Amino acid sequence: MNMHAQPQRTLAETALIDAFGERLSLLPGDGAVMVKRDDAIEAIKHGLPTRRVESWHYTDLRRLLTKVPAFEADAVVKALAPVLEGSAVLPVLNGVSNGKLPEIEGVTVQRLSEKLTDGSVAPGLDPYGDDDAIGALNTAFVADGYFVDIADGTELEKPIELQNLQAGGQSHVRLLTRVGAGAKAIILERQTGEGDEALVSSVSQLVVGDGAEVAWLIVQEQPETATHLAQFKAHIGKDAKLTLFVMNAGGKLVRQEVVVRTTGEGADFKLRGINLLAGDTHTDTTMVLDHAVPHTTSTEVIRNVVTGKARGVFQGRINVHQYAQKTNAKMACNTLLLSDDGEFSTKPELEIFADDVVCGHGATVTEIDHNHLFYLMARGIDEKSARGLLVKAFVAEVIEELDDEALVDALEARLDGWFSTHG
Amino acid sequence: MLEIKNLHARIVDDGTEIIRGLNLTVNAGEVAAIMGPNGSGKSTLSYILAGREDYEVTEGDILYNGQSILEMDPAERATAGIFLAFQYPMEIPGVATMEFLKVAMNEQRKARGEEPLKVPEFLKRVKEAAASLSMDINMLKRPLNVGFSGGEKKRAEILQMKLLEPKLCVLDETDSGLDIDALKIVSDGVNALRSPERAIVVITHYQRLLEHIVPDSVHVLYKGQVIKSGDKSLALDLEANGYAGVIGEAA
Repeated sequence: MNMHAQPQRTLAETALIDAFGERLSLLPGDGAVMVKRDDAIEAIKHGLPTRRVESWHYTDLRRLLTKVPAFEADAVVKALAPVLEGSAVLPVLNGVSNGKLPEIEGVTVQRLSEKLTDGSVAPGLDPYGDDDAIGALNTAFVADGYFVDIADGTELEKPIELQNLQAGGQSHVRLLTRVGAGAKAIILERQTGEGDEALVSSVSQLVVGDGAEVAWLIVQEQPETATHLAQFKAHIGKDAKLTLFVMNAGGKLVRQEVVVRTTGEGADFKLRGINLLAGDTHTDTTMVLDHAVPHTTSTEVIRNVVTGKARGVFQGRINVHQYAQKTNAKMACNTLLLSDDGEFSTKPELEIFADDVVCGHGATVTEIDHNHLFYLMARGIDEKSARGLLVKAFVAEVIEELDDEALVDALEARLDGWFSTHG
Repeated sequence: MLEIKNLHARIVDDGTEIIRGLNLTVNAGEVAAIMGPNGSGKSTLSYILAGREDYEVTEGDILYNGQSILEMDPAERATAGIFLAFQYPMEIPGVATMEFLKVAMNEQRKARGEEPLKVPEFLKRVKEAAASLSMDINMLKRPLNVGFSGGEKKRAEILQMKLLEPKLCVLDETDSGLDIDALKIVSDGVNALRSPERAIVVITHYQRLLEHIVPDSVHVLYKGQVIKSGDKSLALDLEANGYAGVIGEAA
């Protein structure tokens, strides 16, 4: 007999397991999907990850997830005007894909509930590792989302905005996108909501076809009542380019995982992240990037502004596989610490098995540059405004690099919005 | 307009006294040149006038229009009409130059009880000022001073000075790093600002700048004190004979 005692389940763990029993009959899926769901809830039964699990060291989910709200089927939330003007909006309202599917030339859109019911998405529901708690949570409960297929060679004229909006309670959403060979697209993933306590899990899976170019922008502006557990997984094909921009500007407990693999030579990945942290919150960005083939490149730049009692985490792991010669990867994480009570933990990791690569990382934690502050004040700008300009500048640099005027303007407007309430 | 009385000041960090009993009066309408060898305290004086916190005034006072400014922070001094053109203007990545100019100009207007500038009027003023300094307006689309050459930075300082219309201008070695043509353009820019209501303090190593911006008075700074004052002929004398003679006289 195994005498190894399981630690007692937390309230949150118990609530999740109970919720699964109650929800099961409502969840779409064929046999294959249901098996994945069962496996996933088994993983949760073994306990949420603690700080003793390396990838969760700075975000002890078991301790931090103190409560799990019930599902609120009746809560109402309305789709929002898109961040980028003219975007085609695909809303998921409280976990349910909503409204008429838009018709976009060269693009096929399906509801994920259908793809779960017919089982075609079952293979993608496997967690990517033992420590993939977000994947497991999402696989167990996911009910809807979208599947977006952009045909080979399609150049989207207008961006697509995937809106995941919650109105309290739980929502578990998956957004699958395939961008065909040679296609070009701007896709914005918006994560926000209002109202009561919420638990959101959201998994985005993207395949970037050979020679395709994708800008994927995650704008996370959850209220301070929300726990937001998100994952972005992508494969980047031959000579394809993916720019992933992540802005975290809300949420009580947030973990955004980025799991990317270069699968074709000449693939290029850019991660640009902004974490605007305030209040008594915890925000974790964790990246695992696999350079799996030769001649692929990546750069990662993360900028953090920490105020109040906020805690932030960036873990960046770059794995360069044995055959991935001529990999060029650079990672930087810069933090502006504006409060004595705030903190930010950075853990860069490079694991390199190839012998002909260029890899580097750097991390800084600074305060506002007093020379810069003096210069602005010497032009009559009062201290508070001058500090505001400098803090905004620190993160705006990352946005300006995106080099698309409409995009830059729209994202800077989001920044201004955050600073006007937290400045 | 500006009265500095028995000013003593030191570096906050290490307590080194830089200004040691400095007296200087500059009247409205006057252009005063401050010259002196390296390490005499010229740049320190300019920073103290602008209110930099790295320096601490231990004795004496600075009066601007009869009021002490020692308790005012740099922004308050600037909105009161004091402007320092920096010897080494700061590059500030991420701060858009136009945005910065607009905020700074509107702070001046706010202090004077005026409405913020409308965008077309703002653009018109910036364009005119840039043209008068032979500056390419496209430069102003960059982040503040980022990637500007030394000369371009100096022009940008004078551009700001024109736009902010200060009452007391302090130019800290504005000539350093300028070629002859740029020196002429910058000097013309400064001369255009000469007016009976405005005082200009020009800090420089060399007589060269004073051929273009002809001063009404010249003051020699040495070891934190003004050791000799005179008219523009003093600058010529210094150019011909160096500082040694003047320093010898004072010692």
